[in-house]
Amino acid sequence: MVDDFLQGGADNIDVAVIGGGPSGLAAATELKKQGVSRVVVLEREPQAGGIPRHCGHPPFGMREFKRILSGPIYAARLVENASAAGAEILTSTHVVEARPDGHLLIANAKGIAEIKARRVIYATGVRETPRSARKISGDRPLGVINTGALQSMVYLEKRKPFARPVIIGSELVSFSAIMTCRHAGIRPVAMIEARHSVTARWPSSLFPPLVGVPLGMATRLVSIHGDDLVNGIVVENPNGVQRRIECDGVILTGQFMPESSLALCGHLEVDAASGGPLVDQFGRCTDPSYFATGNVLRPVETAGWSWNEGRNTGRWVAADLAGDLTVSHEEILITTNSSLIKYFMPQKIVLSRSGGGMANLQLRFSRSARGELIAGNSDGVVWSRKLVVHPERRVLVPLGKLFHDGIIGRIELTFRETQT
Amino acid sequence: MKADVFDIIVIGAGVVGCAVARRFVLEGARVAVVEKADDILDGASKANSAILHTGFDAPSGSVELACIREGYREYQKIHHDLGLPIDNCGAHVVAWNKDQEAGLQAIVDKAHSNGIGEVVQISKPELLGKEPNLDGSAIAAISVPGEAIIDPWSAPYAYLQQALANGGEIILDCEVRSGKFAAGEWKLDTSRGAIRGRHVINCAGLYGDLVNRSVLGESAFNIMPRKGQFVVFDKAAAKLISSVILPVPTSRTKGVVLFRTVFGNLAVGPTAEDQQSRCDASTDEGALQALISTGIEKLPALAHMPVTAVYAGLRPACEFKDYQIDAKPAQNWITVGAIRSTGLSGALGIARYVYDLYENTMSKPAHSALSKPVVPRAHVLAQNANRDWKQDNHGEIICHCELVSKREINKALEGPLAARSLAGLKRQTRVTMGRCQGFYCLARLAQLTNGHFKTPVSEEVNGG
Repeated sequence: MVDDFLQGGADNIDVAVIGGGPSGLAAATELKKQGVSRVVVLEREPQAGGIPRHCGHPPFGMREFKRILSGPIYAARLVENASAAGAEILTSTHVVEARPDGHLLIANAKGIAEIKARRVIYATGVRETPRSARKISGDRPLGVINTGALQSMVYLEKRKPFARPVIIGSELVSFSAIMTCRHAGIRPVAMIEARHSVTARWPSSLFPPLVGVPLGMATRLVSIHGDDLVNGIVVENPNGVQRRIECDGVILTGQFMPESSLALCGHLEVDAASGGPLVDQFGRCTDPSYFATGNVLRPVETAGWSWNEGRNTGRWVAADLAGDLTVSHEEILITTNSSLIKYFMPQKIVLSRSGGGMANLQLRFSRSARGELIAGNSDGVVWSRKLVVHPERRVLVPLGKLFHDGIIGRIELTFRETQT
Repeated sequence: MKADVFDIIVIGAGVVGCAVARRFVLEGARVAVVEKADDILDGASKANSAILHTGFDAPSGSVELACIREGYREYQKIHHDLGLPIDNCGAHVVAWNKDQEAGLQAIVDKAHSNGIGEVVQISKPELLGKEPNLDGSAIAAISVPGEAIIDPWSAPYAYLQQALANGGEIILDCEVRSGKFAAGEWKLDTSRGAIRGRHVINCAGLYGDLVNRSVLGESAFNIMPRKGQFVVFDKAAAKLISSVILPVPTSRTKGVVLFRTVFGNLAVGPTAEDQQSRCDASTDEGALQALISTGIEKLPALAHMPVTAVYAGLRPACEFKDYQIDAKPAQNWITVGAIRSTGLSGALGIARYVYDLYENTMSKPAHSALSKPVVPRAHVLAQNANRDWKQDNHGEIICHCELVSKREINKALEGPLAARSLAGLKRQTRVTMGRCQGFYCLARLAQLTNGHFKTPVSEEVNGG
């Protein structure tokens, strides 16, 4: 049975990559380029390529291919590159359990099998927060879905779940939802955002699709109504005034969370703030045979960003296999008590003689604010910078500025808000 | 619509109707189950806490207690043959303050008088030894080792499946509007025409009183729906408790329970909200948040666990504190009403109780118990069981979170109990019930279920 799964055997795998999206495929491709002999990508969907597979619109590929591609073409290129480099890609294959030391329980239509890899890379990506976890009030009719499900329906199955939905949220993916609707002849009746301004950075290319879709800022979704199908929603403004919007569907966009269930249910420590596995600057998890890369590390970056992370992770894992990722056992934890800091990643640093690893600490903030981000230790301020921060916008802090030879203990992050 | 005359017409295909149908079929009767919805388990039975109760805290001397005890005994006896899951995890009634602690002895006494002898009070260290993740503010507890968790949907499916496999019939989309009883025979007027039977058993749950009024002209009780909301946490949370964590009950409600499910999740609920509507099972952000807070208070590690699902169910309570099971021998009519919150535990016992009532009070037609009834196997959905994804040739795993195979989905779309809505398909297979709630698989499901559902998940894009 195992032979059916993997013709080259199940116990001589150098690296198993869980997830065949941009970061996983980039990692696999890079590992092969670095001369690692057996790299296996485990993808549970019938085709590899990840989320871009069902984003039937541009822009993808600037960073990777120096040209603008649609999602499916971009995804196909990534798969081709990984295959051409010699990575084995197993589709429709689930990793059901990830166990210590690279032991994986996998399943596909042929049954189940256990495999062993010297290193495992988690590249399972992100998904949007569903209706349940948003705890939205009201009935539970059909037609309340995330952008991801809508995109798969429209682009992969040529189907549409509704005709006149309301779009909830204003992240980048929310605009992707509008483009997806237009592709299928779905006419959104409104886009609403609980915050006072649009969450996404405002690329001018996104204006045209908005034509004809009223944008309601400072408008919170209160409840969903309908028996079998949605017949309307109730929204509320900051003064508590409620009104009803007639619609036949609700698209819950964004509020991404890492798909880290294998880690949550397994042996790896998960960082509650980022939602992803707790990692050091190499993306190495609490079991050193496991690495994580791409959006499972934190919500959420573009495909291009994740691809780049995957490529770097491929290098670090190759170095680790070659014994070149020499590190001491000393760890420096990064911590915060600030409620303004939504998450940061990596959560710890190991002192590495060979250097390398992520260039930056990645942070996100829970609301807009102006002030000073400060990194300190027991000796005082290590680094600080004045910043204006917004929710869902990345802030990068060069890791090299936070750590230097001889530093020990922990780094505490604080944000001193300027009173306005 | 049916030219022939059934021995028994069961109104309502909830857990009680399914169990009653099974019992009468096994006793050799010709049984038809009529259900107004287009799928079974569409009312009170679609949402509950999935616990098989021992009856330790049921009202002493009540019909409810008798039915729960018998239901518990029969489930333990038949689940293996029917392939139904059970996790005999036990329960702890936990006191979180002095007042509650003072009430524990009375619960132990009641359990003993109810015939559940192994119920004992335990100390705080003993409790925390068994449940180390509980908050340290727990004072003492009662151990109820007999309480168990089961699958709330595959159990009634299995009961009805056994009824159908042995000659019973199910008629869906069939609402009873009125009826006439003459010459020892009922003629029920339904939305699908007339249906004739010698005896009628009203198991209409949330509509039990209405059915009695529209057919008999009166009802001895009034259904007062009580809504219960629940929050289901990620499977990672299930390892936080080993038993069912019950609060010390009040006179009105059993309170908010922390329980694992056989599907591998941890859930918190229910609320107890009296309401007029018999169909409004809406959820409420404030109530869900309160449940989450209660959960975290008792089990602090829940604070870091993602919410997987939320749901609400309606319990068919009434103005009385017991089941309302009543025979009208002159009219060949039995009402099985107000099966409030313990229908899943009591169903098999209720079925026997009703059968005894029928035998003792009515002139039954000539039928005798089947000597070798067919025993169909239930579809296995429990987390630790031999699920379909572990077998060869299941086609493909479609639902990633709950590991539901294409073969399972296709099977649930066939036969007399074919799922006719996404809700029905969820109950039969667990698709989209996991942590992503359809983010990954809803598009595939839309395509696989095309043409099967009354309200489809999606339509084709014109010229797509």
